[in-house]
Amino acid sequence: MLNRSLSDLSRGLRDGDFSSVELTRFFLDRIRSRGGELNAFITVAEEQALESARAADRRLRDGVAQPLTGVPYAHKDLFCTEGVLTTCASRMLHNFVSPYDAAVTEKLKEAGMVMLGKTNMDEFAMGSSNENSFYGAVCNPWDGERVPGGSSGGSAAAVAARLAPCATGTDTGGSIRQPASLCGVTGIKPTYGRVSRYGMVAFASSLDQAGVLAAGADDCALMLQAIAGFDRRDSTSMDEPVPDYTPLPGADIRGLRVGLPREYFGADLDPEIGAVVEQAVGVLRGLGCEVVEVELPAMSLSVPAYYILAPAECSSNLARYDGVRYGHRCEAPASYDDLYTRSRAEGFGAEVKRRILVGTYVLSSGYYDAYYLKAQKARRRIRDDFARAFGQADVLIGPTSPTTAFRLGEKTGDPVTMYLSDVYTIAVNLAGLPAMTVPAGFVGGLPVGMQMIAPHFREQDLFRAGHCYQRETDWHRRMPGAFE
Amino acid sequence: MKIEEVIKLARLAHLKVGEDEMESLGRDLSAILAFAERLESANLGDVEPLAHPLDAAQRLRPDEVTEEDRREAFQEIAPQTRDGFYLVPKVID
Repeated sequence: MLNRSLSDLSRGLRDGDFSSVELTRFFLDRIRSRGGELNAFITVAEEQALESARAADRRLRDGVAQPLTGVPYAHKDLFCTEGVLTTCASRMLHNFVSPYDAAVTEKLKEAGMVMLGKTNMDEFAMGSSNENSFYGAVCNPWDGERVPGGSSGGSAAAVAARLAPCATGTDTGGSIRQPASLCGVTGIKPTYGRVSRYGMVAFASSLDQAGVLAAGADDCALMLQAIAGFDRRDSTSMDEPVPDYTPLPGADIRGLRVGLPREYFGADLDPEIGAVVEQAVGVLRGLGCEVVEVELPAMSLSVPAYYILAPAECSSNLARYDGVRYGHRCEAPASYDDLYTRSRAEGFGAEVKRRILVGTYVLSSGYYDAYYLKAQKARRRIRDDFARAFGQADVLIGPTSPTTAFRLGEKTGDPVTMYLSDVYTIAVNLAGLPAMTVPAGFVGGLPVGMQMIAPHFREQDLFRAGHCYQRETDWHRRMPGAFE
Repeated sequence: MKIEEVIKLARLAHLKVGEDEMESLGRDLSAILAFAERLESANLGDVEPLAHPLDAAQRLRPDEVTEEDRREAFQEIAPQTRDGFYLVPKVID
């Protein structure tokens, strides 16, 4: 049951090779015996998981199962789950049991998937190393002294160590792709508006998007199929048809135009990582892709623009945590003001506070034009750059992260250095595009990811390219030695 | 960033900031804002600001009640309630 694709697991369940209860127990046992050292889970929902597995087995027996019925998954701890804690890795929500399910939770339940537990993350999804968690840092399964990336660090580590066959994540500036890359798994951030944000704890609403992580692109295609689609309860959900994401067995990418943005291969890139990505591009060329160079001249504006827009939206979204309706409340408040300000001071960690304050600053009277408006202008530049590049190419390819997994504590002293971990992922969120990272090799024993970016609502092109690449390579099937 | 400015921001954001945090927070905020100011060098004068990456407009719906009353479920997770009300310290003497 270890290191098998979701379609293999699905087949095994249908053919009666194992039951969902057996499969679920297998992963729960792995989480129990190996999960502690990684700190990948905040909550393990053993009882609920076994109950869902029994229900899945009934569906399988009655012949009313869907493709993923009975397959377990790990759920990022910012998707609301009725009856199971949703902490967002924050002291603010340490006691929060949501009275309703997120749309993604609902859809995975309908698909018959089995939630193993809730994964660790950077607090409120703010971070690139998973070190900003009230529940402690997560370790990278390839090297326990290194970070898994963030903010979906627990999901990426859990999938890499095969504590779960797949997981959910969210991506506001790279929070699925960067940890997937650093942990050697596949991860996709779909088009903005593709997956409902209903019941997904909000960080920056014009950028947040839910997605999935698993070993391979085919696995991600199956899982995204289950969660994509319009939802009227999310005002930014897009009413677009969902195509069939699973590539046909004989799919090819002959003639696919691959664009290499010059800005992705500049002086900032570690040459060894560049070499891995170029080698991967060579594989695609061998499969009949046509490779062209493209330009994204406004690329250098993306990280500064993001660190104005995202904190601005965060300061507004996080105003809801008031110590009154749910979540953390300070002891013995002396006044209403004391209740509000002290509950928030105690409930939020350092990075969340920094972002709330930066957001408050850039939105305050007198500064709006200098920061927020300028960042929105840069955002259009960046989006238009991509639109131009897609005139020459079907898919853009570059590295996912400028470095491999860095050491725990290496970047915690300097917020700006940490922000630059997302230099290759952030522009995609600003432009609302879908992008996927696939494992492409190793540098110094640590995984390197290749990022593929497509035009709006062209996720199927990413899956097809990922499928063809992964038919030729086995990087996505490699497991960290300590977890084999 | 001056300490007074940090105090003002913290007040606007309803965050209590301890005396001991002020200086390092001021330093971090200055560094982040200096980084954001890299946008200064870009020539963005006549570019139209972008709020939504797909240029979508806010969807409207008929003005009808669609939510069910779940007061009890919502209040069950509140820190303090009484008779269906949320309790906070006295606001008016």
